[in-house]
Amino acid sequence: MQYQSQAVSKLYFMAAIGLFIGQILFGVILGLQYVIGDFLFPEIPFNVARMVHTNLLIVWLLFGFMGAAYFMVPEEAETELFSPKLAIALFWIFLIAGALTIVGYLAVPYATLANITGNDLLPTMGREFLEQPTITKIGIVIVALGFLFNISMTVLKGRKTAISMVLLLGLWGLAIFFLFSFYNPENLVLDKMYWWWVVHLWVEGVWELILGAILAFVLIKMTGVDREVIEKWLYVIIAMSLITGIIGTGHHFYWIGMPEYWQWWGSIFSALEPIPFFMMVIFAFNMVNRRRREHPNKAAMLWAIGTPVMAFLGAGVWGFMHTLAPVNYYTHGTQITAAHGHMAFYGAYVMVVLAIISYAMPLLRGRAAANSNKSQVLEMWSFWLMTVSMVFITLFLTGAGILQTYLQRVSENPQPFMVVQEKIALFYWMREVAGVIFLIGLILYVMSFFIGGEEEAIA
Amino acid sequence: MSEKFTKSMSRNIFYGGAAFFFLLFVALTFDTTRALPERDHRQNITEQVAFGKKVWEKNNCIGCHTLLGEGAYFAPELGNVYTRFGNSKEAIMAFIKGRPVEGIQGRRSMPQFNLTDEELEAVAEFLKWSSEINTANWPPNVQG
Ligand code: HEC
Ligand code: HEM
Ligand code: HEM
Ligand SMILES: [Fe+2]
Repeated sequence: MQYQSQAVSKLYFMAAIGLFIGQILFGVILGLQYVIGDFLFPEIPFNVARMVHTNLLIVWLLFGFMGAAYFMVPEEAETELFSPKLAIALFWIFLIAGALTIVGYLAVPYATLANITGNDLLPTMGREFLEQPTITKIGIVIVALGFLFNISMTVLKGRKTAISMVLLLGLWGLAIFFLFSFYNPENLVLDKMYWWWVVHLWVEGVWELILGAILAFVLIKMTGVDREVIEKWLYVIIAMSLITGIIGTGHHFYWIGMPEYWQWWGSIFSALEPIPFFMMVIFAFNMVNRRRREHPNKAAMLWAIGTPVMAFLGAGVWGFMHTLAPVNYYTHGTQITAAHGHMAFYGAYVMVVLAIISYAMPLLRGRAAANSNKSQVLEMWSFWLMTVSMVFITLFLTGAGILQTYLQRVSENPQPFMVVQEKIALFYWMREVAGVIFLIGLILYVMSFFIGGEEEAIA
Repeated sequence: MSEKFTKSMSRNIFYGGAAFFFLLFVALTFDTTRALPERDHRQNITEQVAFGKKVWEKNNCIGCHTLLGEGAYFAPELGNVYTRFGNSKEAIMAFIKGRPVEGIQGRRSMPQFNLTDEELEAVAEFLKWSSEINTANWPPNVQG
């Protein structure tokens, strides 16, 4: 650790991992409810468990991004953080607000939560991923502004590298597009259109800048390749992300009441969206091949290489699979979507956060450049367990999705949704098994922080 | 990448490309906004439909169902449930009203929301309005 104030990122990383565990526990509950329909009913209905699962995912990724920024920006700007105290205060505010929201989901019916938080004054609740009470959303904006102020001031007073500029741009974009979550018109079509300005322009827009910046940072540190080369790649990759991804939003506008020209705009531009992900793969392997040092943190290297590969598979390949309008006509809103959503989120954003945590944590804990061999071996086991089980979750859901699409939408005698779901239950059972293995991988991951500490760390 | 292609060139492509395509997106959004009233039949959004959307949101129906293909994949698509139920709001209301509090053993269950008659009618009216949006013929058939 080169700057004292980087230490605040440790809090953020610990919270991220804690919430990650919660997310996966609820994932496994959801998976079971898929096959044992009344499991935990009516105490925890499916929609409640799902909200907890997806909102925890978003929140822990945000903790991860903020931790990454607090770790990276001082080093990039070559100066202490503008205000470590503000960073710590915002951490607690965000954690407590987040925890209260989750408790709210679980403790009272959603309609009651809407009433007691005054949703009628400014109705924003009840839309996928944006289920948080309006006051929580306002809290998120306040925390984000404080965070952005802190990070921007740090960059302003120090060295301005391409990596910190791109990271900042991504984080500002994240906050700005979130503001569209406050726009909830009575007209469902308009509501849906601007909903995608949050969701799509996040994951296939500004978040890719954050992804690129974190990946570039870790690769510079680990390979020692010249910054000029890495930053050149970074700009080209994110240029492709936005050139394809912004108009690519159209792949969500096919069937929600928008003009039909979006079938062309959306299909053509989103078909190009895999390009930046493919470039990330080439970039990462290239930099590793040209490395000027052997970094002792093998586990971090594994995450850093795994990220572009899995992001390309999940976002690029699985995204392309259903993005052309004539295909999407049949697959829209099926298990194919769920398959893609899982691998894309895991491969791109979960893995990049775990990569920066893996790189930063040994330094933050004063263990020189890397953990002991024992701890790294366990972490690498957890990498393989989680990644391979995520591949299987995706494959099983894809199998379920193909059958669902055929039986319910393509075959001569289309069958009702509930009938089809029962026919494909075997795939859901297999997904559940893979999910439990994912959970085991996560437990090993957490354990890797606690073992091998007494052994000599690797310098 | 070649030496002749410099970092500042790549930076310019990024800023230029991002700005251009964002502006194009905004322009398309304007055009869409003008074309939309034809397709979303907004003239039929009565107070009751608007209230129905609130009921929909307040009870987080989207956490189990899809609506026009977006949402959760646990329960049937509802964008066309009005047609599936034989163009009957009464059937929709009866279904929602009839959910057992303890669920249905072994089957995916929908909660009993204890909606008032006013809320029930509104949410059914909202689903009817939704089924009349011009969705380019989606879903492929009545099963959703
Ligand atoms: C906890 C999950 C859950 C939530 C939340 C939920 N539903 Fe359902 N819903 C279901 C399930 C499961 C079915 C299928 C039930 C069956 O076939 O036995 C269903 C079926 C329906 C149907 C009949 C669809 C058909 O084609 O048979 C309608 C209409 C419906 N729900 C409306 C609503 C409305 C309106 C809301 C919100 C007020 C809502 N649901 C909230 C789970 C849910
Ligand atoms: C890391 C990047 C990505 C992430 C995290 C991601 C995640 C998701 C998620 C969660 C959904 C479901 C949204 C909902 O609930 O309705 C979705 C939908 C979709 N994604 Fe992605 N995605 C990514 C990249 C891509 C790319 C690159 C493509 C195209 C090549 C793509 C194509 C699609 C399509 C077509 C849908 C709509 C599916 C439907 O019609 O039901 N995605 N994505
Ligand atoms: C890091 C790992 C995971 C990530 C990133 C993740 C992400 C997501 C996302 C983005 C959604 C919304 C899906 C969409 O709209 O398409 C979702 C829903 C869901 N997840 Fe996960 N998830 C993970 C792990 C798991 C595990 C281990 C399980 C189960 C064993 C699981 C089960 C589910 C289920 C059942 C849903 C609901 C799907 C539906 O709407 O019907 N998830 N998850
Ligand atoms: Fe998208």
